[in-house]
Amino acid sequence: MLRESTLNIVIASLLLLVPVAALFLDEPFFITLATKVAILALAAVGLNLALGQGGLVSFGHATFFGVGGYSMGILASHAQSFTPLMEVPFLIEGTNSMPVIWLVAMIASALVALVVGALSLRTSGVYFIMVTLAFGQMFYYFTISWPAYGGEDGLSIYVRNQFPGLNTLDPIQFFGICYVILMLALLFVSRLNNSPFGLALAGARQNTERAQTVGINTYRLRLVAFVISGAITGLAGALFADLNRFVSPTMFSWHTSGEIMIFIILGGVARLYGPVAGAALFIVLEHYLGGLSEYWHIYLGAILLFVVLFAHGGLIGTLSKKERRHA
Amino acid sequence: MSLILLVEQVLNGLQFGVMLFLMAAGLTLIFGVMGLINLAHGSLYMVGAFAAAAVAAWSGSFVLALIASLAAAAAFGALIELTIIRRLYDRDHLDQVLATFALILVFSEATRWVFGSFPLFLDIPDALSGTVMLPGGIQYSLYRLTIIVIGLVVAAALFLLISKTRVGMRIRAGESDREMIGALGVDISVLYTLVFALGAALAGLSGALVGAIQSVEVGMGEPVLILAFVVIVIGGIGSIKGALAGAILVGLTDTLGRTMLPWAFTTFMDASAANTVGSALASMLIYVLMAGVLIFKPNGLFGSA
Repeated sequence: MLRESTLNIVIASLLLLVPVAALFLDEPFFITLATKVAILALAAVGLNLALGQGGLVSFGHATFFGVGGYSMGILASHAQSFTPLMEVPFLIEGTNSMPVIWLVAMIASALVALVVGALSLRTSGVYFIMVTLAFGQMFYYFTISWPAYGGEDGLSIYVRNQFPGLNTLDPIQFFGICYVILMLALLFVSRLNNSPFGLALAGARQNTERAQTVGINTYRLRLVAFVISGAITGLAGALFADLNRFVSPTMFSWHTSGEIMIFIILGGVARLYGPVAGAALFIVLEHYLGGLSEYWHIYLGAILLFVVLFAHGGLIGTLSKKERRHA
Repeated sequence: MSLILLVEQVLNGLQFGVMLFLMAAGLTLIFGVMGLINLAHGSLYMVGAFAAAAVAAWSGSFVLALIASLAAAAAFGALIELTIIRRLYDRDHLDQVLATFALILVFSEATRWVFGSFPLFLDIPDALSGTVMLPGGIQYSLYRLTIIVIGLVVAAALFLLISKTRVGMRIRAGESDREMIGALGVDISVLYTLVFALGAALAGLSGALVGAIQSVEVGMGEPVLILAFVVIVIGGIGSIKGALAGAILVGLTDTLGRTMLPWAFTTFMDASAANTVGSALASMLIYVLMAGVLIFKPNGLFGSA
């Protein structure tokens, strides 16, 4: 059995080696697949901070994924049509520069997470799950019925946005961008989890009353964690939109929330690399089962049921054999 | 806006509300007694609708179709309770959400495999088609009126079942103290299967009744499931009374919001803009309602802390 830290290095290297090998074998499709894994893993890394470390079972992280996606969609569509986003009270132009879009996506989703979190964190347990779900649906129906940015049909962006010094349309270069961001996010989250903030957050999950007794404001603590979590998932949304060059209300749907959660469960709750392992496993399953049968969701459902019922700790828990309880 | 239109919309809202109640009653019972979040409840709604459509196509009888919807949904409910759901009762909510999400995937794909991707149609029976004249000269669809009546009758029957019968007494006892009722010699696992099958049957009935107005297709249960969750969160999880109040409130808010908001906005903006803004806001209205209720009552209208 491997130690978890060794396993993490193996996973990180595999995610890097597969697209590089694909580049030399001239199989660009696998590069795109690996890019998708990196981006979806990033979204799940965001959720894992709230769900794993904080114990906040958010069933509405599609909200932030979608806000990030639409931040990119709206800015890039204005840049594409050369129309300003707004003129009064001051002029805001669209942009196709990735760093600017990322910043906007993170700020926008952090702000939405602040509002959603401030309201949802007043509840707990099953109410929290349902309220976050409801906020996701609110955005879903709003984007469907709001015609300005494509409504139900979504919004196509014809050219991938620019990153200084790189050709983002080259699959391997775009993969590089996503991979570096994922690694930075993992580094950030692992530092955060071991900081006083992260430890207090884990303490509040294990015993809220005790955390409050020693003087921790658990509401504020959780809200900050929720906002950071939302911002990371929002950044993933912007990247996902750039990968597909398309945004649609589906990004807000509750299936998206469910899938982000599935990555974490498949990989292992509260494990640093759980989201990466889970997203990779999911995409591989989707690719191979999808090729095997039209009805691959049946197998996916069965595998998921098996993991939830029997394989506690997910992929990382099973491979590293060191049980870390989440409860 | 004319009075006749308003009354018609209120009735539509009621009809929507009682249908939501049939879904929400099962969900809230299952959560109240077993502490389980069941996302697969929408799949049971779909099973009921498909069973009804298949039996109606085969026999031509709407009554048989309704019976089939009840029986099929209850049977599938009991089956998944016995094989999977009962392993989830002492798990945390995260596991329950994921396992039942997995069940949705299995149910939806299996239905698509058996019936294909095209929607089926369940016709309103001849005896119930057409309209009736209500007092005040209002024409209203007889079938929708029948749904309201069926829904209210089921609601009343459920209240009697819960408050007057022995089974109901055990269900209430199970809600307040699971271990104690087991210790008193009640076979708790039989009770759980029964409650689950009852909730499933109500969901199936609701699917069949709505299936005759809309089309019967894979995935039809999901929007309704989310609305039913909104209903039980507004009403207070575990409370049947709360489910009824929440369902009517959500049904009326949604239906009236969709007609009234665009109309209300025309008073101060031009018609097409009002229509856009109004319908966008109307589609979010019930979620706003839910957020509002939870800010003032974090445990719902009838929920206990």
